[in-house]
Amino acid sequence: MDLSLIIMQLLSGIALGAVLVITALGLTIVFGMLGVVNFAHGALFMIGAYAGLYLASLTGSFWWGLLLAPILIGAFGMLIEFVLIRRLYGRSIDDPLLLTFGLSYILVEGVRIVFGSDGIPFPTPPQLIGVLDLGIGFFPRYRLFVIALVAVVLLVLWLTLEKTRIGLIVRAGARDPTIMQVLGVDIGRVWLAIFGLGVGLAALGGVLAGPMRSVNPEMGSLVLAEAFVVTVIGGLGSIVGAVVAGLMVGISISLVALFAPEMATIVMFALMAVVLLIRPQGLFGVRGRTA
Amino acid sequence: MPKSGSTPKISRRTALAGLSASAALLAMPRLGRAADETIRIGFPTPLTGPFAAEARDQVKCAELAVKLANDKGGIGGRKVELLVRDDKLNAGEAATRTLELIEKEKVHAVVGALSSAVQLAVNEVTRARRVIYVSISQSDTINEAKDFSKYTFHEALNPHMTTAAVARQTLKKGMKVAHLVADYAYGHEMLRGFKRAQTAIGADNVGEILHPFGAADYSTFMPRLMSMRPDVLCISNFGRDQANAIKQAVDFGVKQQMKIVVPVILHNQRLAVGPDVFEGVIGGANYYWGLETQSKSAAAFNTAFKAANGGAIPTDYGAYGYSGVGSLLAAMQTAGGTDTDKVVDALEKLQYDLTKGPQHYRKCDHQSVQSVLVLESKKKSAMANDNDLFAILANDTGSDDMLRSCSELGHAT
Repeated sequence: MDLSLIIMQLLSGIALGAVLVITALGLTIVFGMLGVVNFAHGALFMIGAYAGLYLASLTGSFWWGLLLAPILIGAFGMLIEFVLIRRLYGRSIDDPLLLTFGLSYILVEGVRIVFGSDGIPFPTPPQLIGVLDLGIGFFPRYRLFVIALVAVVLLVLWLTLEKTRIGLIVRAGARDPTIMQVLGVDIGRVWLAIFGLGVGLAALGGVLAGPMRSVNPEMGSLVLAEAFVVTVIGGLGSIVGAVVAGLMVGISISLVALFAPEMATIVMFALMAVVLLIRPQGLFGVRGRTA
Repeated sequence: MPKSGSTPKISRRTALAGLSASAALLAMPRLGRAADETIRIGFPTPLTGPFAAEARDQVKCAELAVKLANDKGGIGGRKVELLVRDDKLNAGEAATRTLELIEKEKVHAVVGALSSAVQLAVNEVTRARRVIYVSISQSDTINEAKDFSKYTFHEALNPHMTTAAVARQTLKKGMKVAHLVADYAYGHEMLRGFKRAQTAIGADNVGEILHPFGAADYSTFMPRLMSMRPDVLCISNFGRDQANAIKQAVDFGVKQQMKIVVPVILHNQRLAVGPDVFEGVIGGANYYWGLETQSKSAAAFNTAFKAANGGAIPTDYGAYGYSGVGSLLAAMQTAGGTDTDKVVDALEKLQYDLTKGPQHYRKCDHQSVQSVLVLESKKKSAMANDNDLFAILANDTGSDDMLRSCSELGHAT
């Protein structure tokens, strides 16, 4: 087995991990800050892909779809928070979980009614069709673009959370919402924005995944499972955890695929089991944290 | 959902006894008029899940076969009714639904199932209860002696037939062949078929990669497949797996290096990823609407389907639903009713031509002997209209030589 093959394999793993990171990130942020386990996350990922496809065909450009779908679906997420989730804060963690679980069924069925249950093609943007010669092998341009875009999104997110006043409020709100309210911060608005951000990230993941897979109403269910595995490995609520675990899962799947391809899906669950045994709170999770 | 039987303490056995007693009582005055009774056909198929598109077409075509029979006054004056059930692509679900169809709905026969494991489960139930089952799944393990029964019929093509036909069109002596295979019965059977054809042709196997069933991402298999440097890549998987695997192989530039070949090229999956992705992909098929220029039966089937479905065209897996139900109804017509042994006998002797030319069930294993198409997906610019998806490369006439021999399947000869 030569080195260039392993490097190509690592690259596929990183591209795979990039989409996992984006979707897991939305899930973990919403859980970390709001204590809501969003079971509709996979369905919103799927809705994002459909919205991206719809907007791209409406405007004639993939780039508008990529930009507008996360914003639009993010706004839809805020509506969900405002109308539904908000009423369940302070209740046990099961209530929003059941609510979002039910919501996911409604969303999937809704898409089936509007767009049908067959898969729909999501064309790769013309600028990114084809492969790039990396010297050691060929790699799809689109996947390289996904890696780059996810890196940029992560950087912006990190800078916002760590270096701006808004980020400070968000971080403080996650620690102690009561004190924030005493200090005169409207914590409800913060939560609204956070839920919108989480849903927007799911939609972004959906648009990015669109050109790599066929778009269909069930595409979110597998993604939800993967995103949960990644958040559990990384530690529920941990942003760094989601990034590290996402890449780790992507690369593990890829390297296992090289040696024992039929084990490629199982490896992610095996990894989760090992992490749970050794460090039940996840790699970057805080011990004993309750929502 | 709670399972039934958890509430009042009436055992299932007493309940069944009671039920059948009252049913017998109700049926008594009608005994003399048994001929008026509706013919009920159970139809389990995976309406939800990754094969949903194919399943829905099966239902539409099965309904068409039933409608046409009823329009002609039914079978021996009896109306026909199709009872469709969602098997959710799950063997347990399929077994439960089939059992319900037989015991509660009292169906006279079962047609359906798409996936290999589900088909086996349905066959287990129908075999034990001596009910005719016409399978429309490509997997053919139920034709092997260990799972076979005289009530088991297999209307679909089988892996051996399709892979042999596709290999004949695509492989040459000395070619290097690599395989990407879904890791379950369907994939394994297709791989076995391809390898057998390869050996006969004299092509070399350069590698096999098994992928998990239902995977969404195939990128991790691509660098290794490309490093094998094959001339032909055979992708043996089904439904959305086929669309995703081909799409990602194309993204990785696989088509510049090698030809992509599939055992069964799927109409709906070609629609799901578009013409550019599928361009040049070659695969087998039981049916393609474009056959209408070569076959009168195909033209008639297309016309009937269009009339019933607002101008839409029938698909490959849809045609199975039509011929599966159609052949059964034809046999019932000959048998003069639903008496199982008589219908089995009629099916064994039946010569039918419903969608594409003559077909019959081979005596020893009840596999339908039929023609196999080899199709090539057209370039976008070569398509005359949106339905013009494939070019027909070959239309191999059905013959017993296409099948594995009866003795190889373990049947007494």
